Amino acid sequence: MASIPVEHGLILAALLFALGLIGVLTRRNIVFVLMSLEVMLNASGLAFIVAASRWGHAEGQVMFLMILTLAAAEVAVGLGLIIQMYRRFHTVDINVLSQMKG
Amino acid sequence: MLDLIWLLPTFPLLGFLSLVLTSGNLPKKAVAVIGAGSIGMSFLVAAIIAAQFIASGDDYFVIEVWTWMSVGEFSPGFAFYLDGLSLVMMLIISGVGFLIHLYSTGFMLDDPSYSRFFSYMNLFVASMLMLVLADNLVLLYLGWEGVGLCSYLLIGFWYENPANGYAARKAFITTRVGDTSMAIGLFLLFTQLGTLNIQDMLHAAETQWPVGSGLAVAASLLLLGGAVGKSAQLPLQTWLPDAMAGPTPISALIHAATMVTAGVYLIARTHILFELAPNVQLLVAWIGLITLLMAGFTAMTQHDIKRILAYSTVSQIGYMFLGLGVGAYSASVFHLMTHAFFKALLFLGAGTVILSLHHEHDIFKMGGKRKQLPIAFASFLIGSLALAAFPFTSGYFSKDEILIGALEMDGPGIWLWAGGVLGAFFTGIYSFRLVFVVFFGESKAHHDEKEVAGFSMATPLIILMVLALFGGLISIPVDSVFNHGGEHEEHHISALMHGIMIVVPLLGIGVSYLFYMSKTFSIENLMSSSLAKSLHKFWFSGWGMDALYQFLFVNPFLFLARINKNDLIDSFYSGIVALTRTANGLVARAQTGQLRWYVMTVIGGVVLIVCLGVLL
Amino acid sequence: MILAVLISVLFVGGVLAWLSENLDPSFPKVVALTTMLISVAIMLTLLGESDSEWVASLNAQWIPRFGISFHLAADGLSTLLILLTGFLGVIAIGAAWDEINDRSGFFYFNLLWTLAGVVGVFTALDLFLFFFFWEVMLIPMYFMIAIWGHENKNYAAMKFFIFTQVTGMLMLISILMLAYFHYIQFGWLSFDYFDLLNVSTSGTVSMWMMLGFFAAFATKLPSMPFHSWLPDAHSQAPTAGSVILAGVLLKTGAYGLIRFAVPLFPEASMQFAPVAMTLAVLSILYCAKVAFAQTDIKRLIAYTSVSHMGFVMLGIYAWNEQALQGAVMTMLAHGLSAAALFMLAGGLQHRIHTRDMTHMGGFWAKVPRMSFAVLFFSIAALGMPGLGNFVGEFLALLGAFQASIPLTVAAAFGLIFASVYSLWVIQKVFHGEYRNSDFDDSHLSDLSRREMVYVASMMFGLVWMGMYPQSFLDMSEATIQGLLTATESITSMAQN
Repeated sequence: MASIPVEHGLILAALLFALGLIGVLTRRNIVFVLMSLEVMLNASGLAFIVAASRWGHAEGQVMFLMILTLAAAEVAVGLGLIIQMYRRFHTVDINVLSQMKG
Repeated sequence: MLDLIWLLPTFPLLGFLSLVLTSGNLPKKAVAVIGAGSIGMSFLVAAIIAAQFIASGDDYFVIEVWTWMSVGEFSPGFAFYLDGLSLVMMLIISGVGFLIHLYSTGFMLDDPSYSRFFSYMNLFVASMLMLVLADNLVLLYLGWEGVGLCSYLLIGFWYENPANGYAARKAFITTRVGDTSMAIGLFLLFTQLGTLNIQDMLHAAETQWPVGSGLAVAASLLLLGGAVGKSAQLPLQTWLPDAMAGPTPISALIHAATMVTAGVYLIARTHILFELAPNVQLLVAWIGLITLLMAGFTAMTQHDIKRILAYSTVSQIGYMFLGLGVGAYSASVFHLMTHAFFKALLFLGAGTVILSLHHEHDIFKMGGKRKQLPIAFASFLIGSLALAAFPFTSGYFSKDEILIGALEMDGPGIWLWAGGVLGAFFTGIYSFRLVFVVFFGESKAHHDEKEVAGFSMATPLIILMVLALFGGLISIPVDSVFNHGGEHEEHHISALMHGIMIVVPLLGIGVSYLFYMSKTFSIENLMSSSLAKSLHKFWFSGWGMDALYQFLFVNPFLFLARINKNDLIDSFYSGIVALTRTANGLVARAQTGQLRWYVMTVIGGVVLIVCLGVLL
Repeated sequence: MILAVLISVLFVGGVLAWLSENLDPSFPKVVALTTMLISVAIMLTLLGESDSEWVASLNAQWIPRFGISFHLAADGLSTLLILLTGFLGVIAIGAAWDEINDRSGFFYFNLLWTLAGVVGVFTALDLFLFFFFWEVMLIPMYFMIAIWGHENKNYAAMKFFIFTQVTGMLMLISILMLAYFHYIQFGWLSFDYFDLLNVSTSGTVSMWMMLGFFAAFATKLPSMPFHSWLPDAHSQAPTAGSVILAGVLLKTGAYGLIRFAVPLFPEASMQFAPVAMTLAVLSILYCAKVAFAQTDIKRLIAYTSVSHMGFVMLGIYAWNEQALQGAVMTMLAHGLSAAALFMLAGGLQHRIHTRDMTHMGGFWAKVPRMSFAVLFFSIAALGMPGLGNFVGEFLALLGAFQASIPLTVAAAFGLIFASVYSLWVIQKVFHGEYRNSDFDDSHLSDLSRREMVYVASMMFGLVWMGMYPQSFLDMSEATIQGLLTATESITSMAQN
């Protein structure tokens, strides 16, 4: 089985991460921001997997599992918060939701 | 019986306490009995003690009731010291004080604050007795301050009028300036001599300090500061004329029996200290002379019956200072006593005039009142004769002695004498100006009022008339206090000088007669020139001293207080607060609330750290 | 043991007062008063044991690893101040009796805890414990001002807190440094007062450490230039708070100077004395002048407090017997007179809902008893002989005169200024013509019987102090003699 070069995997991870970051920075809808965050998380997870397979260590896969559970928890909490936010402010636009300024 | 000397201030003090504790709930009769009775008891005790003391033939008597405080070497006690000087003082204070109290029971009868009045008066007498009987300077200071406090309370007795409050505060603060000087004097004396017991201190000073030493000069100057404050001498004399704001018996009490004599007493008591500093003693004489002349000029220009008397007091106390300055201590104390008689008489007489004429003070609105107010007229006539040193009245003997004392002094003595004689001339003018304007001539207003003079008011006046006429024959037992073993010198005064001293006051009375009685000369002509007008204005204002002090002390103080109401130092801390706020405001700008801005900052930070890590 | 019991009674009483509010809103004040009376009774037992120098000594281990012990003891000076605390504690509860109706349980909790802290401060002989109590008395006081204060309470409370906290931290640093020096010199850590007295310090370091203590105590005293928290705290605090603040809390600063700042660093203190005395004189004169300019009656009294406490500091740094006795007497007498004035001013504010003197005038006819009381305490404050303040200030000045003539002369001018502002208050509030257009005078009633009892007891105290101060002087004499002997070698060196 021809292994995928480690660089390819890392480049893909970096690209995914950058996409996610751009999403976080540019989206106004907080649901999309959350999704972009998921993408970023998974990108870093991918990097772990690639690194683990490159060096044959199990820790990377363990980390991925942790990220997976973390992402699940985050989505659960995040969506809950978003729903609360929508109920209270009737919007999911983060530009509008900027009351915590100094 | 001598052991019971502590009863003297205790009776009035008890009177004060009982009047205060019942806080005006007693009937007026009871108040009068307590108020005047307590002083009467004091006088009774004083008289018995005096008789016993003189009979015993001792020079002095000391008793310590309890130790006040004892800190290291400093241990003043509540101790009373009786000798000839304090004996005379306590008799004057309790005796004349009692007469004034008795008079007040009638005078104040219509006042709603009858009880408050007598409580303050009692405290006043108690403080003054404490002052003259004190065996140490700290206890003397207690009486000294107590007297000041009571003068404040009594001058501002009719407190609704802010002007009275002003006069009261002026009296208290002006004398407090002197008191502070005296307190510093006490610190100096204690630090240098290790005791504040008067006799021990004087003895120590005599043995440790050579004549004219710097310490003696400083100490006596500081004490003099206290004395000029209480006795209303230059430069702290300005409070006394304003002190007329209180009810008239208070003026009598302040001017005759208490308060203003305190300074004279202090100097007489510590005269050994002043003799160690001859320059300061001479200064005392000059202060006395200048004050008596200035006050004499001012008294001639006043319209207010009480202010005329007030300035005459300043002037007469000036004579006492003159006497102290030239070393004629017993003459000064003698004059203090006769002055107490005739000044109490004059003030109480003035009280009768004022009360009878419904609180009229302006003498030019009176006139021709001798039929209408016979007792007041008699009081004024006798009082003014004594005040002007008419031959063989009480004032004549005492003033004569002071002037002879001045004449006997070498050096500037003759000048002091001449000044004193000139002062006597003015005294003749202003005292009889008052008599002529008020009691002779045509009645200008207040035609119908009857004299208010019940038994309680007339009796003291009659007793005081007798004393003012014949008080000069009393001899006071102060020789042992002032003559330290020295022989009593005979007076060698030429008949010419004697003649001058007799004639000059009569001349003054004559001048007064020509101007105000026979109208041979007219005041209007005299006053026509502008120089005379401005001079009159200047004298009338008390030589502009009030304005000067206003300018020098009061206004700067008020100015400083006004500009710094909000405490400059606090603005330093407010500055720190403002600085913190500003910094906070600047940093808080970064807190936009925009999520993506935060993310950008985080990423920027990460990139920066990574770059730094890579580069370094 | 007595002292530990005393402090615990106050702590426990505070908690009980808080809890009892749940049963009935009127319970807390009763509980607090009972607690206070029990405490006073305990305090009075201290008087019987005056034979030895340190009475009721208790020395238990607390944190032995750091040499921190629970060391309490009282000597004559402490006993005097504890008694003052007890007396004014009762007065303060009386002042709050009608005034505090909102959350009264928590109020009395704070009051009693503050007093517990104060008693602790006056008796702690372990510097760590001292610092602990120093903080204990601070925080409840903060709540008292911040919750039950007047219109500007948050600002005042925060100012009070920051001033005392910052300077308290400086003191903590000094304490830690001192313990560290003890470790270096003796090989073990100790915070005990008597151990730390043996630490020999000199030079710049000891000067800095001394300044750490000085900053804390001078702020509490307060002295120029650390005084500006006081007028705000006083004018905003509820009456009981003002009474405790003026009567007791300020005295902890003076006590700290006498007990710790000077004896721990005698050499540095002697070098610093001229500066401290100058600050004291500046406090006396400057604050007297600022006081005169005030129109808020409580602010005015607050500034006069600063002015009078200047005499205390002057006396302490003159450091001789008369001066120290004068400082102690001034502390006691000022404790009574200032507390009484604040209580009366608070009572006035409670009645007419204003503190602005420009609206007042002519009250004598309406409230003669109150007027007489204010007159009495003003006269006491301006140093009338025969009352306590005179004895204190006279002795302090007499002692200070031996240390520095020019400064004493300058300070004596404070006596004149004192009469200027005191009489001004009387004039503005009680004399003059009565006019009621500016405020609602329907509640302007004279002192009630309960208030009369408090006022009369304080008057009695001042007269006692003024006429027979010996009973107080005797108590503090041993302490002062001990302190003077301990520092004798250094002070005599400094004078030569």
